[in-house]
Amino acid sequence: MTESHIPNMQEGNDGGPDAHLAHHFSSPAQQYDAARLGMWIFLMTEILFFGGLFCAYAVYRANNPQIFVDGHRFLDKPLGAANTVLLIFSSLTMALAVRAVQLGRRRWLVGLLAITILCGLAFLGVKAIEYKHKWDHRMVPGQARIAYWFSRGETSEPLKKFQPDEAYVKERLAQAGFEDLDQAEYDQRVKHLGTYMGIYFSLTGLHALHVVAGIVAISWILVGAVRDRFGSNYFTPVDLGGLYWHLVDMIWIYLFPLLYLIH
Amino acid sequence: MKTSPAHIVEVRVLLAVFAALIMLTVVTVAVSYFDLGAFNLVVAMSIATIKAALVAFWFMHLRYDSGLHAFIFLVGVAFLGFFLIITMLDAVTYHPAVQTWEQSK
Amino acid sequence: MDMMVSSPTPPKSYLVDPPGLRSWLLTRDHKRIGLMFLAVISASLALGATFALLIRTELTFPGPTIVSTGHIYNRLFTLHGTIMIFLFIIPSMPASLGNFVLPLMLGAKDVAFPRLNLASLYLYVGGLIFFLLVLVLGGVDTGWTFYAPYSTSTAAPVVLAVVGVFILGFSSIFTGINFLVTIHTMRPPGMGWFRMPLFLWALYGTAIIQVLATPILAITLLLLAVERTVGIGIFDPALGGDPILFQHFFWFYSHPAVYIMILPAMGIVTEVICVFSRKHIFGYKFIAYSSLAIALIGFLVWGHHMFVSGQSPLVGMIFSALTFAVAIPSAIKVFNWLATMYKGSIGLAPPMCFSLMFIALFGIGGLTGLFLGSLVTNVHVHDTAFVVAHFHYTMAGGALMGFLAGLYYWWPKMTGRMYNLAQGQISAVLIFVGFNFTYFPQFIVGSRGMPRRYFDYTRLLDTHPEFTFYQILSTAGGFLFVGGLVMVAFVLLRSLFVGRKAPANPWGAATLEWQCSSPPPHENPPAPANVGDCYVFDDFCFDESAQGYVKVP
Ligand SMILES: [Cu+2]
Repeated sequence: MTESHIPNMQEGNDGGPDAHLAHHFSSPAQQYDAARLGMWIFLMTEILFFGGLFCAYAVYRANNPQIFVDGHRFLDKPLGAANTVLLIFSSLTMALAVRAVQLGRRRWLVGLLAITILCGLAFLGVKAIEYKHKWDHRMVPGQARIAYWFSRGETSEPLKKFQPDEAYVKERLAQAGFEDLDQAEYDQRVKHLGTYMGIYFSLTGLHALHVVAGIVAISWILVGAVRDRFGSNYFTPVDLGGLYWHLVDMIWIYLFPLLYLIH
Repeated sequence: MKTSPAHIVEVRVLLAVFAALIMLTVVTVAVSYFDLGAFNLVVAMSIATIKAALVAFWFMHLRYDSGLHAFIFLVGVAFLGFFLIITMLDAVTYHPAVQTWEQSK
Repeated sequence: MDMMVSSPTPPKSYLVDPPGLRSWLLTRDHKRIGLMFLAVISASLALGATFALLIRTELTFPGPTIVSTGHIYNRLFTLHGTIMIFLFIIPSMPASLGNFVLPLMLGAKDVAFPRLNLASLYLYVGGLIFFLLVLVLGGVDTGWTFYAPYSTSTAAPVVLAVVGVFILGFSSIFTGINFLVTIHTMRPPGMGWFRMPLFLWALYGTAIIQVLATPILAITLLLLAVERTVGIGIFDPALGGDPILFQHFFWFYSHPAVYIMILPAMGIVTEVICVFSRKHIFGYKFIAYSSLAIALIGFLVWGHHMFVSGQSPLVGMIFSALTFAVAIPSAIKVFNWLATMYKGSIGLAPPMCFSLMFIALFGIGGLTGLFLGSLVTNVHVHDTAFVVAHFHYTMAGGALMGFLAGLYYWWPKMTGRMYNLAQGQISAVLIFVGFNFTYFPQFIVGSRGMPRRYFDYTRLLDTHPEFTFYQILSTAGGFLFVGGLVMVAFVLLRSLFVGRKAPANPWGAATLEWQCSSPPPHENPPAPANVGDCYVFDDFCFDESAQGYVKVP
């Protein structure tokens, strides 16, 4: 046992020495270790969870390199870059928040957690603008169906088909130097573009869900911080929330170049 | 049982990591305006991996942490890598047959 | 430890302390969670077995027997497969028996995350509810594999089933995380890695697979659901997707998953064989490492399910070669068990009967797997009853027998009651005979060309008139097999009412869970300061007055 590395954890202040020690652990250090190990295993499962999508990406990119080059022309590079900076900054504030709680600085902790949450919300806002833009050009796979569900139409459900705004797609392709495509060629490209958009929305959508989960978790931690539940002797939830948030950041670090910057 | 020290990272270090991350983001965007041919992907992925490593080792305390955590993380990456490589190897190998069939339609 | 057993007023058992239904439903005690898991997975087993009997009845005679169309038959075997795999075998040993035994074997007070453990139980129940909904809505007809593009276009409620499996996946991941962390951080000071009972090594390997493979299943099913609802063009060829990619995704989980099913069974068999041979395990480290090896190599062979799917010959050859490699660690275990029994003093109590059945049946299942793992013979027997017989020999003959061995082994500890040993042995004989009558004929008809998933085989009779005979044999065996399972339930449940009180250590085992009272008290007793070798049985003598084994100093 090298508990001496965690001097703060042995002496409790407010709730007595073992206020946060569950009955089945023999020491706070053991409990802290178990929690962190569990979190790292969970993060590993998250990598594999996203991994399936990365694999789909890799397969389609290897087999249809052209469409991925075409596809990124429909994404907004500056907005993607802005979101990257936002997430990295929120990772910094989260890391600082962990430091603050380790040093027992509650007001810093509350402030830094709040900034982290705001950055997360801003990220989602930017994402929403991008999604809206795609929707306006009918670039969302299955868009007709989604619109139909919300319209409660009387007709039968539309077919699953990717039918983007033709003028818009042709204009973008022309910018890339593909001026006059015949119908067959256009159809083929649009079909693959549909797969690209499918992968784009799956990856970013799943990531956005993780951002939402992270925001919920950090908000819960924020409530605890406001109520003074954490201190230098007990900060496991802040630590674990931080690990999760950094993982979400890390995944975006890969998504940004893979989706926005290919050429 | 080994106990992992709960390390407190200096503000200076965290800020330096942040600066490096922003700088690398700028680099990766800037590079995307030049065509490096086959190296486009290599460069972009290398930069992303450096960034991910910075986040993991400093923000996530892996540098100060039990080696087991880094090992678990790498096992995840390794299994993902294996899954990806074999599946790609297969997909790339059978793809010509699919193309022939599509053109015959 | 000894004081605990012989103390005049033993502490109240975990079954009644704390009292009340509420304390059960909100419990964080791993023993209660394990017992509740046992109850719900047994219900799932009963449901799955019912569908099995319906399938068998239909196949007894060539034409339509009890179902009128193939569509209904498709639903029957899909429900049988999904229920048996996702609701029974996967959680059967880790979540029920493993949950109960793991902390006791470690001398730990609980698993590392008791709340997560309870969440795992409720997620399981949630997944079960989704399956019941699917059942009410008429069932799914895709097969348990949910292959695209059929699963993206059929009218059956695929999304509900897929969401159910997704939830069950989380249940499984939570169990895996809990076991890994518990084994890593909560072993008592005196118990190094190589002092652990081998069942824990098996659970450790299982947990590795659970956390590494299940996330891929989760993303696969999520993508399938999205593909089906809006069409993202990843799996559906009509939208530019790739159906073989779906199979890669699916089998990257589902091959390792067969080791989630079989590894804990191997762990149980290891414990039982040592105890009932009264001999130290032969080759401890080989068995321990082979559990890890199975867990890891199990990840490298998934493509052997796709030899005829359009997978490239290159990758097919790689997978075929690796498939043969995975047989090695399993064989190491089998040889070590045989060596352990050699010159042992073998007692044939029900747990041992089922363990011996495991070795025999899993042996046949494993060896027929070699026919399927080799590319050339695979093409011949692919999609025939031969495959069905093969995986039932491994899954039912292996995993189910291991589960029953463990159930008979730990039942006195879990409930505090002894069952009638002779009746248990009769149930074992019934199951063994019934099992082989059910599945061995399927090897024969399968190798002669009887396809799987056919409900009407009239046309095959022109060339193979003998099929009806084998099918009748198989159905008769099926009813005998299920009859044996009913008898197991009867024997065990009867013990609750008329069984004598179980002694602390009825089998003379040396692992820690047998050193406390049966059933254990609410608070697990702590591990002794010096954890000895858990496979040395010389210190345990049968004590007439206690009707069980006691440790002699
Ligand atoms: Cu397999």
